[in-house]
Amino acid sequence: MTATDNSPAPGADSDAPPPDPNAVQVTVNGVPHTARKGQLIIEAAADAGQYIPRFCYHERMTPVGKCRMCLVEADGGRGPAVTVSCMVPVAPDMKIETESPMAKRMQEGVLELLLANHPLDCPVCDKGGECPLQDQTMSHGPGESRFVEEKRHYEKPIPISDLVFLDRERCILCDRCTRFADEVAGDALIHFIGRGNSTQVMTFPDEPFASYFSGNTVQICPVGALTAKPYRFKARPWDLDEVESTCTTCSVGCRTVVQSSRDQLLRYQGVDSDPVNWGWLCDRGRFGFESVNSDHRLTEPLVRSATGLVPTSWNAALAATVTLIEDAKAAAGPESIAVIGGARGTNEDAFAWARLAHDVIDTPNVYSQMGDGLPVGILGMPRATINDVASATTIVLLAPDLKEELPILYLRVRDAVEKRRAKVIEFTPKQGGVTRYAWKSIAYEPGTQVDAVSAALADPAIAAQLASGSVAVVAGRANLAETSAATVQALQTLLAAVPQATVLPAFRRGNVVGALQVGMRPRSGGLDTRGTLQAAADGKIECLILVGADPLADFPDSDLARRALFGARRIISVDTHLSATSDRADVVLPAAAFGEKSGTTTNLEGRVTTLGRKVTPAGTSRPDWMIAAAIAQGLGVDLGYRSVDDITDAIAAMVASYDGVTREALASSPDGIMSHTPASIDPINPVSVEIGVRNSYDFRLVVSRKLYDAAVGTATSPSMAHLAPGQSAHLHPLDVERAGVVAGAEVKVISPRATAVMRIEADPTVLRGTVWVPFNQPGGNVGDLIDCTAPVTDVRIENL
Amino acid sequence: MARLNDDNVRLAQEIIGRYPRPRSATIPLLHLAQEQEGYLTQDAIKHVAELVGATSAEVLGTATFYEMFKFEPVGKYLINICGTMSCALMGAEELMHHAEERLGVKAGGTTSDGLFTLEHAECQAACTEAPCLQVNYRHAFRVTNADLDTLIDDLRAGTLDGEIPAHGTLARVRQSIPADKAAGVVTPEQVGAPAWFPAKDPS
Repeated sequence: MTATDNSPAPGADSDAPPPDPNAVQVTVNGVPHTARKGQLIIEAAADAGQYIPRFCYHERMTPVGKCRMCLVEADGGRGPAVTVSCMVPVAPDMKIETESPMAKRMQEGVLELLLANHPLDCPVCDKGGECPLQDQTMSHGPGESRFVEEKRHYEKPIPISDLVFLDRERCILCDRCTRFADEVAGDALIHFIGRGNSTQVMTFPDEPFASYFSGNTVQICPVGALTAKPYRFKARPWDLDEVESTCTTCSVGCRTVVQSSRDQLLRYQGVDSDPVNWGWLCDRGRFGFESVNSDHRLTEPLVRSATGLVPTSWNAALAATVTLIEDAKAAAGPESIAVIGGARGTNEDAFAWARLAHDVIDTPNVYSQMGDGLPVGILGMPRATINDVASATTIVLLAPDLKEELPILYLRVRDAVEKRRAKVIEFTPKQGGVTRYAWKSIAYEPGTQVDAVSAALADPAIAAQLASGSVAVVAGRANLAETSAATVQALQTLLAAVPQATVLPAFRRGNVVGALQVGMRPRSGGLDTRGTLQAAADGKIECLILVGADPLADFPDSDLARRALFGARRIISVDTHLSATSDRADVVLPAAAFGEKSGTTTNLEGRVTTLGRKVTPAGTSRPDWMIAAAIAQGLGVDLGYRSVDDITDAIAAMVASYDGVTREALASSPDGIMSHTPASIDPINPVSVEIGVRNSYDFRLVVSRKLYDAAVGTATSPSMAHLAPGQSAHLHPLDVERAGVVAGAEVKVISPRATAVMRIEADPTVLRGTVWVPFNQPGGNVGDLIDCTAPVTDVRIENL
Repeated sequence: MARLNDDNVRLAQEIIGRYPRPRSATIPLLHLAQEQEGYLTQDAIKHVAELVGATSAEVLGTATFYEMFKFEPVGKYLINICGTMSCALMGAEELMHHAEERLGVKAGGTTSDGLFTLEHAECQAACTEAPCLQVNYRHAFRVTNADLDTLIDDLRAGTLDGEIPAHGTLARVRQSIPADKAAGVVTPEQVGAPAWFPAKDPS
């Protein structure tokens, strides 16, 4: 019996396990190997330890066999044949030769042809040093070329978007970027143009490759044809040092490597984490390193003097902080102190601050959401993971536009729909990125989501679909110009009707789930963010502590945020950049940013992963946990934390939901460890909300975020700052006429609160009777219109 | 405005209706656009993309693969002189020189009156009739210099209008499927695998 024989030998041991029906016996370069049924030769050979060179093949995309680099000799029973190993699956008894003289000759021939037109400008090419073409020319190439003619010439790099440059001379037409744009991102804005020798990758003449995911094409380009503007000519790959980390731009928690040279962050690259990001990053996450390097970073502590904020030493600033806290406590008790924030930092930062607030200052008023999420009780619902969502039979979206707020989750949902695994039922006040992939897109006027959900549940087709298999709900705040009540009620209605459904909370900020789980939430009787700001506005807060929180920019009700900052007697701000909020603080403590500190973070699923420290914190800035420990020390309590590892251990020991999330366990699980749902989280009480009928002259206001806005991460990144679309009022084209205004003109948008002036845009994705305005855009003031206690906001639109 | 006109939009929708997926109609619609303007304008490409639900880049990518789609204005008559083997042996090069001299433009050029565009072409599948050429894809066989002169004179005079329409028009007879003869379009999923096709192994 040979090793390649699939049938069990006669008289074989009857105790032997039955043969695996998915096993396929092959030989790779003469060595027997067990491959999986349907596995491609290139993958089976890799499992057997034989690397087959390739350019176009990418494990997360459909194979196309474009580059021919992976040619091998395979004998499937009819004699050895030239085989494209990325296109052909293994067959029983197949003999695969990846290094035979014939295979070698073919690989050398392909490389010689690929190099015929490829410029030899490696010394000035950004890819040089990490270039698959360079590497495989060394390992599999012929060594010299017979091509002596003039190479093909194109204009050297041309911008194909605001962030990406294309050098067509270097392109080997592998179809990776174009396949990514079409298959993965769904933005087929680049395509092969022309034919034969004149084929090139190109956009349509006046439609740039303005995809939120364009940076991925730079990462997967196997040559230096695509380069990213923020990284061009900044470093050579061999000068880069890297550490693996987790992006905290949003709460999806994509795995990245953080790369630096000369103690400066220069590039983030996606890492393939199967349960999360599959190697992809959104552009906002990818290019966010610019904000860490920004000149606007806080580099030293500031305290308020008669002339404004002046730099001081850490000792003086910490002493001033301690005095402010002690004075507040003495004046009006610990309840007069409130802490908002914690979502920007690590679990360790949040835990140290939670301990400082709860155990040392002894205040119940602690919260890490900014009034734009859902009640923390949603974490107590049966939690779905991203994989649960992507593999569910039905995905129900009761959430903000995933493409704008949680871009990589959008890619996973899109993939589930495109591969025909899932059907999406979307409830939304405005059509968004997912709408074109939704099986049912149900538009509702803000406040009527309960009716929309009830009506949908009564639809026999939808009911049958929901009953046909697993259901995952993505729940979040789709509209900032209403309270969360109607959404919560709609979610409860849905879960009551579909008890098997699990919920993925679409909380948006980087580590907001981690901060909530480790304790940055109100103790019984404590105030949430809205309550704190209201109390501050009423003059009941002596000392307001903002840990990476900027209520003026992020809290939906700008008026309340402003009144709170005026009403709070003292403000302490811990932040990475000076914001409009921290500019009003009495003490500003500079915090270390992403890439400057290690620790752990928790994504929206509850997955705990590690953050890596790569560069020295800017100036004298310190991690938030260190600041909390120093303040506790000043207040006479030693928290006992000397390093970030001490706190990781303390969280594992003290927080029940992080039981098992030890440093050892984290070190051995690159995809992270799931935390449990905290038992102590109060369930959401059944709510009901009464919403009046909209006056027919009015428009109901919908406010949500775009990927690019005036947030610190984009506003202080030069490459991305200008990508924010700006504030404008979007009306359905038919409503533009009804409102008696002209698209493009400036109008008054009048709410019971205030009047804002903005440009009108006709936008068919907006529901009739509503007006949509993007939140927190540069120069924007839509927050002035919003009353955070009103169930919905109705506005009138008038000509100036 | 070089988008499809209203009549052609109606026709485009009828053409799209013949296919299970709108994208399948891309090339017929591009021909329609080329028929309207004589070449493919950027606006027309965008319009076709809107109609079939693709991006403009995808439609441009498809269109640029094909030699018969033109992206710059061409003359009313596109003269393609074959230069492949049989025609070359039978004097295609001399014929081209003569045509260039006669029209006053180099191959690839368009006469200043906008009437003629002269192009090199590859084999036109009429090797027994070499040297041959095509005017708006209508063949002329065993063409001598004198034949070419006559052809150009006739085209100028308009005496061939009945046989050779302006560039872009592939056929004057419009295919139309009466509603009661329509097969009824179904998506490939609805059709399923043919009976003789082995069922997919569930494992």
